Amino acid sequence: MPGLFTVDFTTALIFGAVTAGIPLLLAGLGEQISEKAGVLNIGIEGMMLFGAYTGFLVAFKTDSIWLGFLGGAGGGMLVALLMAIFCVWLGMNQIVIGIALTLGAEGLTALLHHFQFSRTYPRLGAIDSLPLPVISDIPVFGRALFDRHPLVYLSILLVFAMAWLFRNTYVGLNLQAAGDKPAALDAAGVDVYLTRSCAVLATGALAGIGGAYLANVGAGLFLPFMTNGAGFIGLVLAMLARGHPVWVLFGAALFGASLALTTALQVAGLNIPTDVVQMLPFAMVMLVLVIFARHSYLPPALGLPYVRGER
Amino acid sequence: MTAPAQGGVKSSAGARLATAFRVLLPIVLALLVGAVIILALGKDPLTYYGYVARRGLLSPIGIQATITRMAPLLMIAAGLIVAFRAGIWNLGVDGQFLLAAVVTAALAPVLVTLVPGWLMILISLVVAALVGAAWSLIPAFLKARYGVNEIITTLMMTFLGIGLANVLIKLPFNDPNTTVPQTATLAVEDRLPRLFDTTIHSGVVIAIVAVLLVHLLMTRTAFGLKLQIVGANPRAAVHAGLNVSRLTFATFALSAGLVGLGGAIEVLGVWGTVRADWNPAFGLLVVPLVFLARLHGVAVIGFVLFFAVLMSGGESASRRLGVPTDFVLVLVALLLIFLALVEFLDHRRRQATKA
Repeated sequence: MPGLFTVDFTTALIFGAVTAGIPLLLAGLGEQISEKAGVLNIGIEGMMLFGAYTGFLVAFKTDSIWLGFLGGAGGGMLVALLMAIFCVWLGMNQIVIGIALTLGAEGLTALLHHFQFSRTYPRLGAIDSLPLPVISDIPVFGRALFDRHPLVYLSILLVFAMAWLFRNTYVGLNLQAAGDKPAALDAAGVDVYLTRSCAVLATGALAGIGGAYLANVGAGLFLPFMTNGAGFIGLVLAMLARGHPVWVLFGAALFGASLALTTALQVAGLNIPTDVVQMLPFAMVMLVLVIFARHSYLPPALGLPYVRGER
Repeated sequence: MTAPAQGGVKSSAGARLATAFRVLLPIVLALLVGAVIILALGKDPLTYYGYVARRGLLSPIGIQATITRMAPLLMIAAGLIVAFRAGIWNLGVDGQFLLAAVVTAALAPVLVTLVPGWLMILISLVVAALVGAAWSLIPAFLKARYGVNEIITTLMMTFLGIGLANVLIKLPFNDPNTTVPQTATLAVEDRLPRLFDTTIHSGVVIAIVAVLLVHLLMTRTAFGLKLQIVGANPRAAVHAGLNVSRLTFATFALSAGLVGLGGAIEVLGVWGTVRADWNPAFGLLVVPLVFLARLHGVAVIGFVLFFAVLMSGGESASRRLGVPTDFVLVLVALLLIFLALVEFLDHRRRQATKA
């Protein structure tokens, strides 16, 4: 296949990988916070989708991409608030509520979109990028990596900020304790419910921003059901990363690259069913798991509601 | 919130009344909130609900469509009850279901030219169960051997399975005579026989029997008890001398095998073929229903019935009244939340009276 791996192709591939990977990265980082604190947040798919909807709507009405991200965070947190009330404060089943919130967000966003826009799918204008000086001129990947919307840089910075937060601060320790031994955290005088609620809300905000990025930057429009399992991929990334944000970054890059490869191959005119390429990252991770299987670490209190005074 | 007010009713009639109340109250609440949403959308909720009830439950055609819809949901519920009771999070239902469906759809039209119809159906069902079980083999191995969390592995396998199913439809199993990629179609007269003069296929009977058998298996046999011990406390199960890794394999195989059977029944009973990119995503819908039924095989039939009524009635209503089927998802979400909420309040009330 002559001319397949040209400079343009490679640049487009890396560019696409970043575009597809950022929503997964944000969802994975968000889920990681919840899981650390002991909440298995299956509602993340719903948070992401609702964030995509509100984020698009705000950006569409205000013509501001930043307000759009803010709207996405707000939408995600709205769903997360329900999750926090039902699963953290009332201690109801996290799986049932998580799936209910996902189904509800799917139905509600499709319904609202239907009655607002009928069958039209309005588009947003082009997105401004912020080229970083010098390094954005590096050939091949300079433009693909360093001439992006500022949110991309912020997301990468967030990875390292979270790694530092988990390792070096009381906030990180409290989160971990809320997932490992909530009773001990309670005995130490820290409010378990508050810690977990904040974790769930942070998840909602990040997933919502991820959804808004997916809609506003990735697609430029909102489609019902558009997250299409991205939240669940984020959940898988968070679990595979075993509590390390940097591993979420690697995972998101891997999945983002394979999603981008699908479209890039089509552009290059190669007739491989897209499904084959989309299966690659999952097959790769399964292979890695089979070869290097170790006991996966999850917080002991993951998925269990904390009830004060109960053993 | 309005928790059941009558405290400490001990008579069985009273207990039954309380149970009915626990189920009916959330339904009423969900329908009320749903009505507000319909009103906000500028439609008439009473017309909508009336139409859904008529087309989903009360008309002869509607109730037949509803019961037909229950078959795959019940098979998936049976598979999930086995897994969840044994403490295994089989969240890979969609991949298992779809792969089994695709293999059945490819196999049945070929088999029907070779063997008599009843044998074709029997072989297809067995193969589908094996395909479903096979797709859970890697998660089962990783769980049993290394303790790798099965939520991750089954979710990954489900994404893989959906992709593989589509590749199979588009390449080896593609019927060249159709424009849209799909498998060869099984003729209507070769599909699962209908019950009497209805449109309901006999797969529904298989599904109901399967759910009931699974319930008996899990609650009345030594094997079921062993699985429940593993589910309740794997470490205690090891000390009790149970072969936990073999039981883990058995759980995965049984669970995914039942789900695979569901895929075969849906193809042999209703569609006769599988189209590319067809994915009903039943898993996400059945998981919460199974939890709300408290992993109880008889109770889950009621929940599945109610859900099927909403689905088939809601689809007719979307065509006639212009309320999109997406509204059914909202209604199901509300129902799940209210059911869980009433259940929670009832639990808390009982604890308060105990203390």
